[in-house]
Amino acid sequence: MTPGELAVESPDAGAEVVVDARGTRCPMPVILAARAAKELPSGTRLVVLATDPAAAADVPAWARMRGHTVESVDNDADRQVRAVVVTS
Amino acid sequence: MAECWCQNYRSPAQPCGRGRLSYRSVPRPTAPGRGLLDAMSSPMHPQAAQTLAAALDAGWADPRRLYAEARQAAALLDRARETIATDLEVAPSDLSFHLGGGPAALAAGLDGLAWPRRRTGARLVASAVEHSAILIPGRYAAAQASDPDLLAEVPVDALGRVDPHDWAAALAHPGTAVAALQQANGEVGIIQPVAAAYERCREAGVPLLVDGQASLGRLPAPETYDALAGDASAVAGPPLGVLVVPARTRFRRSGPPREAEFGRADAPVWVPMALAAAEAWQQAAAARASDNAKAERLIAHVVAAVQSIPDLDIPALAGERLPHVVTFSALYVDGEAIVTELDRRGLAVASGSACTSSTLEPSHVLAAMGALTHGNVRLRLPWAAAVPDRADAVRRLCAELPDVVRELRERLGVSGL
Repeated sequence: MTPGELAVESPDAGAEVVVDARGTRCPMPVILAARAAKELPSGTRLVVLATDPAAAADVPAWARMRGHTVESVDNDADRQVRAVVVTS
Repeated sequence: MAECWCQNYRSPAQPCGRGRLSYRSVPRPTAPGRGLLDAMSSPMHPQAAQTLAAALDAGWADPRRLYAEARQAAALLDRARETIATDLEVAPSDLSFHLGGGPAALAAGLDGLAWPRRRTGARLVASAVEHSAILIPGRYAAAQASDPDLLAEVPVDALGRVDPHDWAAALAHPGTAVAALQQANGEVGIIQPVAAAYERCREAGVPLLVDGQASLGRLPAPETYDALAGDASAVAGPPLGVLVVPARTRFRRSGPPREAEFGRADAPVWVPMALAAAEAWQQAAAARASDNAKAERLIAHVVAAVQSIPDLDIPALAGERLPHVVTFSALYVDGEAIVTELDRRGLAVASGSACTSSTLEPSHVLAAMGALTHGNVRLRLPWAAAVPDRADAVRRLCAELPDVVRELRERLGVSGL
């Protein structure tokens, strides 16, 4: 996956959607994730990629406030955040 | 030519002769109409400021000298020490002053507890929400030694509290020299289970440093610790660190022997500063019950206002908290924007959002709690004696906040997300 690419498949339940928020600053990663999640059916896996370290805390906090389920949050060595959320 | 900034200033060619930084009248700490809601550093209590001014004349001498002025300074320093020790219910000889504020007292406390245990190890156990004066040196030491076990950051729950069982498990790891836990967190206000944590430390034979920087002066001092650190800035005094090391505690600083403050401090205290700290402390002790009760009511107003706005998160709300502290985060709002907009409307608040900090890292406290770190506003009410119009500032904040959040969300096009 290259930066900027948005892999939106047919948003069926169980599908995966990637939100690439790399290079944006807080609170943009959460806003981009929220915009994507609003259009998605329940049960979609939303993968949020970000370079702002705040996203590692904020994406799960947003998911909790919206009732989505946090599947995983990884903060890798390149300081890139990858959060996977399943929409409610 | 010496430039003069006092109110008699006319031009560089006409110095008033009063000197560079002298004022005929004391200027106000804040302009009229400003609402100060960030007491991380507050204006000094007026009586502490007066004491400081008087002490410049009465207590300037080096208290270790033997002449009359020095003996006077030494007597004043003794009185200052006794005043604070009395409020903390400790012996004056247990209490040392530390230039460099609470962080210097914490560093001295940690060093003095850890050094006698160097044959056991050098591992530090701390909560994940401890002050950065504890965590940053701890992480540095672990990184330098390439040994991640040198620092255990015990996780906290959603309210910011450590679980005594997790605490005990971290202490059980071999090589644990010392543990550090806050009485209360200065960012979110949560009060830690210090008595339970101390019990676990006793069982493990690990000394506990309690960080009372945010709480001492506001809350009764804890009784369960091996060393206790605080800061006079929490009582609207100068930023002077205090450290309590009871006689029962094994305590020895690393490095060559020190003379200052019973061998505990890196530098001798400046007597006028200790006097101002003691004056502020005494004033705080007298006003504590009523000021805390009023602060708690003001914070309750803030909480009610915040809860009326959609998508505002108040971490630690359900826990036992400091009476004068609250933090909240607005979903989809930029922390810098909210602080700047409130400032424009005359309200001074702090924030734990990344974009408002010098490091561009979000508050480690909010992150450890799993709370929202963006759009964060951190209130720490000053003492009413230091900022008499704080109630008015709170009322204005409660009135302005819904507008500010709505406008910022509209600007970002995130309403209804």
